[in-house]
Amino acid sequence: MEKFSKISGVAAPLPLVNIDTDMIIPKQFLKTIKRSGLGVNLFDEMRYDRQGNEIEGFVLNKPAYRQAQILVAGDNFGCGSSREHAPWALADFGIKAIISTSYADIFYNNCFKNGMLPIVLPQEAVDVLMKDAEKGSNARIEVDLESQTVTSSDGQSFTFEVDAFKKHCLLNGLDDIGLTMEKVKSIDAFEAKAAMERPWV
Amino acid sequence: MSPKTLYDKIWDAHVAHESEDGTCLLYIDRHLVHEVTSPQAFEGLRMTGRKVRAPEKTIAVPDHNVPTTLDRANASTMTEESRIQVEALDKNAKDFGIHYYPVSDVRQGIVHIVGPEQGWTLPGMTVVCGDSHTATHGAFGSLAHGIGTSEVEHVLATQTLIQKKSKNMKVEITGKLRPGVTAKDITLSVIGATGTAGGTGYVIEYCGEAIRDLSMEGRMTVCNMAIEGGARAGLIAPDEKTFEYVKGRPHAPKGAAWEAALAYWQTLFTDEGAHFDKVITIKGEDIAPVVTWGTSPEDVLPITATVPAPESFKGGKVEAAQRSLDYMGLTAGQKLTDIEIDTVFIGSCTNGRIEDLRAAAEILKGKKIKVKRAMVVPGSGLVRAQAEEEGLAQIFIDAGFEWRLAGCSMCLAMNPDQLSEGERCASTSNRNFEGRQGYKGRTHLVSPAMAAAAAITGHLTDVREMM
Repeated sequence: MEKFSKISGVAAPLPLVNIDTDMIIPKQFLKTIKRSGLGVNLFDEMRYDRQGNEIEGFVLNKPAYRQAQILVAGDNFGCGSSREHAPWALADFGIKAIISTSYADIFYNNCFKNGMLPIVLPQEAVDVLMKDAEKGSNARIEVDLESQTVTSSDGQSFTFEVDAFKKHCLLNGLDDIGLTMEKVKSIDAFEAKAAMERPWV
Repeated sequence: MSPKTLYDKIWDAHVAHESEDGTCLLYIDRHLVHEVTSPQAFEGLRMTGRKVRAPEKTIAVPDHNVPTTLDRANASTMTEESRIQVEALDKNAKDFGIHYYPVSDVRQGIVHIVGPEQGWTLPGMTVVCGDSHTATHGAFGSLAHGIGTSEVEHVLATQTLIQKKSKNMKVEITGKLRPGVTAKDITLSVIGATGTAGGTGYVIEYCGEAIRDLSMEGRMTVCNMAIEGGARAGLIAPDEKTFEYVKGRPHAPKGAAWEAALAYWQTLFTDEGAHFDKVITIKGEDIAPVVTWGTSPEDVLPITATVPAPESFKGGKVEAAQRSLDYMGLTAGQKLTDIEIDTVFIGSCTNGRIEDLRAAAEILKGKKIKVKRAMVVPGSGLVRAQAEEEGLAQIFIDAGFEWRLAGCSMCLAMNPDQLSEGERCASTSNRNFEGRQGYKGRTHLVSPAMAAAAAITGHLTDVREMM
């Protein structure tokens, strides 16, 4: 997995609340057996009409936001289906960090597995960054995972919380499975004990 | 020892390793797998030369893509991409030696219906699947939740998940339900009360007389939609009904093992005085048959209500509600019972079990549908067989319903069962998101009985008027 440290980039504003993973990547694109190539279909039904033409006005179709690396989104982003195709599509498009007041649990976890940072900030901070994002490509927002800060284009800085283990994995691009394999003796021991205590499992 | 919640007990019994910061490796007893969220995980194993650590605890069944028409044995009923995905599961199940129910097997069906039906799901277990509706299995008092594909690969390789413990939330439904009110109305009403993010960070335990009174099928419906309220999982403490349901199922323990299991299962309840971080209490008698009007499962109202005005909401929800009304083609103030329905869908992991079909058939008996199309998609081949044996299938067919084979079908419309643009559906499924049942399709979530009532009248209908 790619390491995440600091990014400075254009942020696309998506103020709608409860953006679900069906919106992020509609089901017809879940038929792939690969992880890559989904960026072109990110937000497909909001981004294109039935003929495949871009819908003018959708944020990622505006020239300023075509290279966006950050999303600033409404509450409860990524709710609904567990599909990891949602973070795959976001990452494939080029999104590296998301800023919102809250995320759905499964989506939040899925982001970290794909080198992407979902940042939780209070409403007031998200409001400031949303306004900043609306300025377009002149406004570059900076995200620094090491110091856990987001800085708006005019220098307002906000500190965010992130789980220490998740931060460590993201900063170092660590593979979860490899890390867990190092604890295989604990798993073996647990399995042996559980087989005695709950043999029917 | 301090009193524990049911969630605390199951969690504690499955921690294989705990780091200083509280990050745990949670051991997984059952891993359910379907064709859509697993191919990349198996590919990951192959690329790294890893094996499935516990194939005997891993169960796979194709459900999302499979056609539900009677001619589905003919490969041309599937799109090329769907066929590749199902064939990939066939191959992965064989190569890695995991339990498998192929499309041709009568036991095939929606993974969350097959698991309990075959006795794979037992009280006190940890159950995961690359599908958010894994919460369904919580009805047995097992800790069950959805995971992403990277986590599917992690569980395949290590039989554990990296987790931090969630908080405890209690949802109590007191007293009795009124006639015509079902498990679906309970679970939708809870989401209506808490919102789709109300459960985020929590595991919910549902309790109270109205929950105890539910059958296992009803309890599965309630837990199924815990995820729609944002919770990691939903749980119901096992009791005699649970044990009765489990007993004799193919993979349930037998003989002495049954007795040992039963003794353990009887310890699975929340201790007196255990701490909950959040408590919601709803009176059973206050719950009405409900319907969703918008494009989020929290957009719930009693069938007797009218479409709300967007201005009646707060914050970002005002814009979201306006967007919902535009999408749904509805006007504020319109009576919900005046909304005309084109299509009725009965099925899904929420409401595709035998009891759901019985409830719908009872309303439909001797009647004809007025909607343009209506279909019943049983949750598994065995549910379908039982419904045929009980004469339910004939009631549906006589009323004008299509009687289909098992699968996820129009719940997420990955197979050919889809709504067309503007088509309006009364659906027993779990999500009314934009485009969920087909591009620009319009979904109203309801119970099976309410779906049957709408099928007969051609508009959303208070089922109590037909009882």
